[in-house]
Amino acid sequence: MNEIPEVIRTIPLQYYLFFSSTLFVIGIIGVLTRRNAIVIFMCIELMLNAVNLLLTAFSAYRSDANGQVFVFFIMAVAAAEVCVGLAIIVMIYRNLRSTDINILSNLKW
Amino acid sequence: MTGNLFYFLTFLTLFAALGVVFSKNPVYSVLCLILTFFTLSGHYILLNAQFVAAVNIIVYAGAIMVLFLFVIMFLNLNQETEETQHKSTLMKVAGVISGGLLLVIMIAVLKDAELGAVDTANFNSQIGLVENLGQLLFTKYLLPFELVSVLFLSAMVGAVMLGKKETQQRHF
Repeated sequence: MNEIPEVIRTIPLQYYLFFSSTLFVIGIIGVLTRRNAIVIFMCIELMLNAVNLLLTAFSAYRSDANGQVFVFFIMAVAAAEVCVGLAIIVMIYRNLRSTDINILSNLKW
Repeated sequence: MTGNLFYFLTFLTLFAALGVVFSKNPVYSVLCLILTFFTLSGHYILLNAQFVAAVNIIVYAGAIMVLFLFVIMFLNLNQETEETQHKSTLMKVAGVISGGLLLVIMIAVLKDAELGAVDTANFNSQIGLVENLGQLLFTKYLLPFELVSVLFLSAMVGAVMLGKKETQQRHF
């Protein structure tokens, strides 16, 4: 029952580091290049998931359960954040008839 | 076998993540995001983190994605609305270049990171199961766990407050 999972024996932890970094950077590129507020929100979720995967990978490789508890808390905070954020986006849409972030430049200067 | 599965899931995850960023229609973005979440759950199962895999599917693919899809349908976003709001090509190229530079820096730093070997002597493969994590969650992390419920309550109140129609609001 206590044997090491095969993926931990065959895949080095560094691959997970590279994979999570790539996923995180894809999320950053999405935030930088898209203008639709909802798509930007989805890219933030992508970045949160990259961090979750890396925490789980480290926790599994070091067989330390605390990392997976943290993943649980990150997911809880992400759910609360999505709930409030989408409510804000719906309110913006009701007032401006658009979710384009370039319209929201009143606080710019 | 597991190695090939890892590479396959990694490829699929990155492909779906690129689909989220580059698809024109927001509905396709959401569908790609759902695929990303399922492949990430596959990764969690490979790592024997079953609790995280189940929570990932229930919370992300179940709750958050329904919320996203609902809002997109509610706001009636589609390809036409997306095409009217183009960022300039210069901004897109600049975004991709700066993201790529960040990736290069991260890989250059993490390439030589000292990660330590797997401790084979007292390795416990059962840490990711529901029994073990539940025990930890209700003993060591009991206070944060209860605080999360307060956070959810405040998020719920906030969402209801924001969603309420204001009296002097503009109507369309």
